[in-house]
Formats: sequence, structure tokens, C-alpha cells
Amino acid sequence: MATEVPETKKIQRQLTLPLSHAFHMSIRSIRIRFGRSIIVTMSIVLGIAFLMSILSSNAFVTGILEKGPENIKIALQQNLEEIRTRQMWLVSLSLLVCVVGIVNAMLMAVTERSREIGTMKCLGALDKFVVELFLLESSMQGLAGSIIGVIFGGTATFIIYLLRYKGLIWSIFPAGLLLKYSAFSIILGIAISVIGAIYPAYVSAKMEPAEAIRREV
Amino acid sequence: MPKEAIVRTIGLKKTFLLGKIPLHVLKGIDIEIYRGEYISIMGPSGSGKTTLFNMIGGLDKPTEGKVYIDEVDIAQLDAYELAWLRCRKIGYIFQTFNLIPVMTALENVMLPMIFGGMENDEAMNKAKELLETVGLGERLHHKPFELSGGQQQRVAIARALANDPAIILADEPTGNLDLKTGKEIIHLLKEMNKNKEVSIITATHDLKMLDVSDRIIWIRDGMIERIEDRENLQIKVGEVEGEEAG
Repeated sequence: MATEVPETKKIQRQLTLPLSHAFHMSIRSIRIRFGRSIIVTMSIVLGIAFLMSILSSNAFVTGILEKGPENIKIALQQNLEEIRTRQMWLVSLSLLVCVVGIVNAMLMAVTERSREIGTMKCLGALDKFVVELFLLESSMQGLAGSIIGVIFGGTATFIIYLLRYKGLIWSIFPAGLLLKYSAFSIILGIAISVIGAIYPAYVSAKMEPAEAIRREV
Repeated sequence: MPKEAIVRTIGLKKTFLLGKIPLHVLKGIDIEIYRGEYISIMGPSGSGKTTLFNMIGGLDKPTEGKVYIDEVDIAQLDAYELAWLRCRKIGYIFQTFNLIPVMTALENVMLPMIFGGMENDEAMNKAKELLETVGLGERLHHKPFELSGGQQQRVAIARALANDPAIILADEPTGNLDLKTGKEIIHLLKEMNKNKEVSIITATHDLKMLDVSDRIIWIRDGMIERIEDRENLQIKVGEVEGEEAG
């Protein structure tokens, strides 16, 4: 029909909602899904705690090698090569476990909400808004999980070294290195959580709503 | 008053790929649905009802053919316009209710208004009103899992009406409900159809729906078998039931 479309009938463009809307919704979603969020966050905590314990153990050894008394240094240095290789292995392994664990948890958690994503699109949500929602949710989970993980992992390793080397540990305390590793672990934790969540959210958001609602997991 | 087509499809086809075998679900559907009508799309399961429903609602893309909503070809719309259309022009009701599980009844109804850019207080007042209209004024703050199936579907109806759409699309709205609740939902839909002058299109094989429909579109094997007005239908009900039973 070539007739002019009257003003009331005109299709308009959907509004882009401010980020604060997505922020409120994601906070609420985490809170209400608390049980499920805790499980997902726990897997982040575990991954990061494992990584952090290996990294901080590395830091303590480095500290002892730098500032420790000669007798311990010599004992350490005798099998330094072996220790270094083992540490390298452990770090790579823990990184891998951490990445795979977190990505898996996030993939599952978001993919099982595909129907919800489809429904939101039926109600007029833009793809962008859906992705924003999951970005915020996963980065908050990632941040919380990583901080807890760093505290757990770091403290556990510290106690082990404290028991083994007693007061010596205070004099060599590698604060700078520990801080660096903590920051690395937290950033890594957030990054992996976000990537693991955004990918399935993006896939579901890009689908036609009918398809997203149908999607079986 | 001249009849004004709110939904029009031309040569609508949809093909799904099952592995490598193409499955022709819709084989060329031409329908016109007028403003304010109550339409039932009937047919056995697997006939393509839900697929047709998804096409009309802009929830899936046709393989071939066109869908016009209010004279606008929806294939021409970009993501923003399509989202606006889904938000403002169409309300959706599903067999499985599809409420957002973490939100209360009130928040579920508010959601489309929030997406439409309405202020929080305004949206809340309107959501309350709508929930009262569907008879759930007492259950505003219940979560979906704290509500019965019929109540959840009422929330879904209130949500579908949130932005005063021109069309409500209902896919098997009574499919998961018992006989009595199903009847109540059908009457509620009819009431909304009369009072709010919204066109209602249901895909269903619930024969209870025949009583309230203005026209019935029978689908079989992805094609329109026949379109009937309600007046002409009365005499045929016996035959229809016999058909369904066979």
C-alpha cells in the first residue's frame, strides 16, 4: 500500500535505557538468585584461591631468596632449579583450572537463562541491554569471587609459610609482590567471568526471540 | 466502518533444517486480520501454528513472504524499531507463561513499561491497575513460583497489556491449564478484547476457544485449510469434535 503512514502508526525506535537500570536489575537478580549466585561465585573463589596460593607461595620463596638468612637460602638454592620448574608447572596448571572452572560455571549459568533472555526481547529489550545486564552481573560476581579467593588463597599460603619459617617470614614479607599477584588474580578473575558470561548471553541475545525461548540446554 | 487490517501476511513460508533435511513447516500462508478481531488459529500439533504465531509476532524471520503489522513490513525494520514494535504494538502470551522467575508479579508487569521508558512510579501504578483488572490485586508481590498456573497466566496477560498494544498474541494460552482455569483465561482474554479493543490472535487447539473467536483459521500441514466465521461455525461443532477425536 502506497498510502502515507499516519503519525500514530509510525514505528518508532526503541529507547536505549540508561546503564543504571541494568545495574539495579543485575544487583537484584544476583540477590534473588542468591543460592545459584553463590555456587557460581564459589567456583570463581576456588579457581582464584588456587591460583593465588600458588602465586603467593612463589612470592614467599622469592622473598626468602632475596632477604632470607644464608643457611635457608643455600638449602633452597640447592634445588632451586627444581623448585622453579615445579612452580612454573603449578602456576600454569592453576591458571588452566581457574579459567576452565570459571568459564564453565558462567556458561552454564547464563545458557540456562536463554528463555529469560528471549522473553525480555519479546517485551522490547534491546540486545545491547541484555548483554549489559549480564556483563554487570558477571563482573560483580567476578569481583566478589576474586577478592574472596585472593584472601583465602593468600592467607592459607601465609599460614603454611608462617608455620614452617616462624618469625623469619615477617622479615622477608614480600608485600609488593603479593600485592602485584593479588591485583593480577582479581583482574584475571573478573575478565574470565565476564568473558564466560558474555559469550552465551550474546549468542542468546542475537537469536530471534522465538529461537532463544526454544533453546534447550 | 471499513475493516482495517492490523496483520497481513503474503505468501508466508518457513523452512527448518532438520540436520540436512529441509522441513517445510509453512507452505504459503496469506491471511488478513482486522483491528479488534478475536482470531483463533486452530490445527493439530505439528501443523505450524506456533511457527505462524512467531512470524506474525516478529519473533522469528520467515524464509519467504512478508508480514505487515499496521501496514509496515516488519522485515524492513532495524533492531531498534523491531524492539519498539515488540514493546508497544504487540503483547505476547505463552503456553509456558514465561514470567521472569526472579521478579514479583508487579515487577514482571512493570518490565515492558520500563523498557518503553516509563518512569518507575508511573509504571508501578499502571502495573497495579492491570493486575487488579486481571483479578490479582492481592498478589502483587508474589513470585511466579508462588502462584498457580492460572494466576501466572493472568500475570502474563497483565504484562501483555502493559503498553496498550494493538495486538495480543497468545500461543496455546490454555495449554498448561486445567479445564476450568482455561475457561477463565479465555473469558478474561475476550473481556480485554471487548473492553480495550485490542486484537487477539491465539494459536490453539483448545476447542473452548471457538465460542469467543470472531473467526477461526484452520491450519493443516502448513497451509490454510479453511477460514470460518463464528456464525457459520455453530452447526459444525459436532463435526469438528469428531474430527479432533479421530
